[in-house]
Amino acid sequence: MSALAASASKRILTKGNEAICLGAVAAGCRHYYGYPITPQNDIPEYMAAHLPALGGTFLQAESEVATINIILGTSASGKRVMTSSSGPGISLMQEGLSYMAGSELPAVVVNISRSGPGLGGIAPSQGDYLQAVKGGGHGGYRLIVLAPHSVQEMYTLTMLAFDLADKYRTPAMILGDAIVGQMKEPFIASPYDPASTVEKPWALTGCVGRERRNVKSLHLKDNAIEVHNWKLHEKYERIRKDEARAESYMLDGATIAIVAFGTAARVSKTAIQWARKEGIAAGMLRPITLFPFPEREVSELARTVDVLLVIEMNTGQMVEDVRQCTPLHDRIVFLGKPCVIPTPEEILERIRLLAGRKG
Amino acid sequence: MNPSVKVGFSKAVYTRPRSLVDVKSHFCPGCHHGTIHKIVAECIDRYGLREKTIGVACVGCSVFLYDYIDVDVVESPHGRAPAVATGVKRAQPDKFVFTYQGDGDLAAIGTSEIIHAANRGENLSVIFVNNTTYGMTGGQMAPTTMLGQKTSTTPYGRDFRNDGYPIRMAELLAGLEGTAYSARVAVSTPAQIRKAKVSLRKAFEMQISGMGFSIVEFLSTCPTNWGMKPLEAQKRVLGEMTEYFPLGVFKERKQADVA
Repeated sequence: MSALAASASKRILTKGNEAICLGAVAAGCRHYYGYPITPQNDIPEYMAAHLPALGGTFLQAESEVATINIILGTSASGKRVMTSSSGPGISLMQEGLSYMAGSELPAVVVNISRSGPGLGGIAPSQGDYLQAVKGGGHGGYRLIVLAPHSVQEMYTLTMLAFDLADKYRTPAMILGDAIVGQMKEPFIASPYDPASTVEKPWALTGCVGRERRNVKSLHLKDNAIEVHNWKLHEKYERIRKDEARAESYMLDGATIAIVAFGTAARVSKTAIQWARKEGIAAGMLRPITLFPFPEREVSELARTVDVLLVIEMNTGQMVEDVRQCTPLHDRIVFLGKPCVIPTPEEILERIRLLAGRKG
Repeated sequence: MNPSVKVGFSKAVYTRPRSLVDVKSHFCPGCHHGTIHKIVAECIDRYGLREKTIGVACVGCSVFLYDYIDVDVVESPHGRAPAVATGVKRAQPDKFVFTYQGDGDLAAIGTSEIIHAANRGENLSVIFVNNTTYGMTGGQMAPTTMLGQKTSTTPYGRDFRNDGYPIRMAELLAGLEGTAYSARVAVSTPAQIRKAKVSLRKAFEMQISGMGFSIVEFLSTCPTNWGMKPLEAQKRVLGEMTEYFPLGVFKERKQADVA
């Protein structure tokens, strides 16, 4: 961000979950529906307190199943709409997300994920990676998945999620966890750029002076469903080509490159700084978009470093996508901390070990 | 209703409702969907709602609503139409919103959504088609299947010891504070069709005047899956179905709730 833009923006100290709400409201979202689940309750509570005064709608639904379908109805009406939940609730939304992807309806779905499977626990986890990036529901589709690693990104990526969802007419997910959701830090509340908003000529608003219109995912006639699948596929390919985002962190001359997202990446930054002080050339490629995965960046990086250290708060999910990016599998090392936050100390220890092995 | 149009020397006293699309029906002979569609279209026309209506189609034979009713329609997952309709109505409170749901959709997989939409007093109208079976999937047991009724999944007849009892949804929903209007009608005789129209008008008027949630349950036929001729199917509605599912108005709010 330029100094000028920053000076025109407000500096705010708040929790990640609240930053999501601020980003959504700034992006023009006036409709929020949800169902309580830890650790994301700050989001519905904020929306319940603030949306009515903005002329918007807050509704606590009877379940996440109902929630995602209320979202579907408001999205079909052409309005920006958001929900938030955590693992078990996100699982209940998969049916509706599949229908929305099939019906080409945009919305922003926030997953402040917790440990699983099942009821799991409320500890932060990255165990929902595969569910988020590989579709999650039935029938073959993709969500756009953004992975913030700071309160700042909880704000800016929420605005981006609305823009991308509308641009591609598909649901977008913010994949966070209890750490980025609950931690407080200052961020710059930069104004939303309305140039990114698009018209929605497909919205159902009553057929005044036009033919009636349907929003649907059922295609029974001839080969209509095959045609529809190819259309969706081409859309996902465009997203793959144009929307992959990643942060390169201290990669200059790096021989050991961490690949991590979200909280795992945030902790890794400290370990990398310590390693650099010790003279170890460590750096990180941090995927900001998980779908689309920054395939080209990972592929190029694999050719230039000795080791790709993939760190995840699960037993190995994103590492599968990293392996897809390069044939150099012997350079990939995995550090998994299922449902546990890795400490910078243990990451540094692993970096030292890898440096020693190479040195 | 329909304006009388002079054609040559004779006078047309009956025309297709404007909101009913002029296409061949794909429904089975003796099925009531066509009759109910026509009543819905007539009510939409009566209140001049065609250009401000958003319908919600559910899963089952009823999904093809959008091929027959000339209004904007959004498709819902199975049972979720009241939630989808809630999302449409909350986003566009000035629009007329209705759902069109079968018995498997509304009374089995969608019980949670229908009960909570009614309990919130969502200002929308529900058209509920009860034909005591799953038509599109080939005649399996529905929550409204009669005791003793043979279906493809109750080959020896529905037995309450294994399958429970048929649910009376119109009565159940009438018990909720948020429900403004709940009625059950049939369309097996011309007199019943006239009464059904009166009930659906009441339901529409409830929404138009902001009174809250309204539902009309239509007892309907499925000759194909009942294994009956169309006329036998009508007799079944008039006989055993009406005995178990009595026709009538179970709730009619006179005044809107005010905070």
